[in-house]
Amino acid sequence: MRILCTDMVGKVHELPATEEWSVMEIIREGGIPMLAQCGGSCACATCHIYVKEPWKSKLPAPSEEEIGMLDGAFEVTDESRLGCQVFFTKDLDGLEVTLAPGSM
Amino acid sequence: MTDTSSLLPIQTDVVVIGAGPIGLFSVFELGLYDMKVHLIDILDRVGGQCAELYPEKPIYDIPAVPVCKGAELIDRLMEQIQPFSPTFHLSQMAEKMEKLPDGKWRVTTDRGTVLEASVVVLAAGGGSFVPKKMPLKGIEAYENKSVFYAVRKMDTFKGKHLIVAGGGDSALDWAINLQPIAASVTLIHRRNEFRAAPDSVGKMRGLVSEGRMNLKIANITAVSGENGQLSSVTLKEESGEAYEMPCDSLLGFYGLTMKLGPVADFGMAFEGEFVTVDTSCFETNLPGVFAVGDINTYAGKMKLILSGFHEAALMAKKAFTYVHPDRRYRFQYTTSSSNLHTKLGKDECK
Repeated sequence: MRILCTDMVGKVHELPATEEWSVMEIIREGGIPMLAQCGGSCACATCHIYVKEPWKSKLPAPSEEEIGMLDGAFEVTDESRLGCQVFFTKDLDGLEVTLAPGSM
Repeated sequence: MTDTSSLLPIQTDVVVIGAGPIGLFSVFELGLYDMKVHLIDILDRVGGQCAELYPEKPIYDIPAVPVCKGAELIDRLMEQIQPFSPTFHLSQMAEKMEKLPDGKWRVTTDRGTVLEASVVVLAAGGGSFVPKKMPLKGIEAYENKSVFYAVRKMDTFKGKHLIVAGGGDSALDWAINLQPIAASVTLIHRRNEFRAAPDSVGKMRGLVSEGRMNLKIANITAVSGENGQLSSVTLKEESGEAYEMPCDSLLGFYGLTMKLGPVADFGMAFEGEFVTVDTSCFETNLPGVFAVGDINTYAGKMKLILSGFHEAALMAKKAFTYVHPDRRYRFQYTTSSSNLHTKLGKDECK
């Protein structure tokens, strides 16, 4: 299983994905040095990613906490999510995400 | 906040850069072996990442502590080190480190505090917590002139057409506090819900409905002006509508981020953003300079608080050889040593 991560210069990386891992973990363990300063505890917004349709609607809605933390990110759109709050499942095989400002 | 700058350098045994959990625990290990400590931290309070990122979140992997919150861990460490009366230099960042002719180290902060010690311990974690800067084209030209990320003097905003960006306590508190002295205050936030304390949100809504403060639900997409003086910002609303808003001052509150800062140039060997150390004592390539906690790297390193605690203990043993070169290191257990009990103020536990 894999996810496709587009980096800040537009290059697409195919990364091995494991069920239950967060997208942030998959990205970092896949060799892309995403900041994730708080280690995935929804406390910093440096794992900011964009998720477009059709993937966006497949994800559970963000929590109040995640929405609040996105206040600390930049160029936030309705496709913004925090990578540490999106968890990979079988149904998300092939998930496409893009690194957002502040994540590197 | 007392400015601790002084004409004469402060003499001490050990300067610890960073007052997070590992910097704090270092005071204990150093104190057991009679070494006095002064700590420096950029935040206005101790606790580092525990205090700033996860004060209310549970930590389950502190040995012998099934669970404790980040803030609680810091409180307990402060209690543990209290017998050693450390001195804290807060709201400042270590800016320079120089070696003195006698082998000691001189550390200078960005507030002019000068400390001299035989030993320096870098316990800087992920780096200094500094405000997140707005990634807008050309904004550097305005920073500290008409764009700010913190309020040092309220007077700076007297009579200004001020824009405050953010949705948390800092943004709302400052918008409310500066409203009486500014010419106008516009609060900008990306959504119409605010994380700030309900009381502050209430006050803000009140000021807005009275016409004494403006509120725009929008993002700032550009700044413009001349010679560092802002004249307007471009706002973009969710509808896609974009427009200019004249202003002469901008305060941005987007939270803090960790940046390595000046320590990168102190002369220690780095591997990427991490200081390399000898794992027998966590000393860097500079004699008398140590690195403990998240800031260091070595074969097998794990960024765990418990690892930092271990590193601090081994560091203290080597630090002793610099601070008390004339004395013999006497390894003792806190359980059985009456000498350590006295130092800890626990004589009555005999």
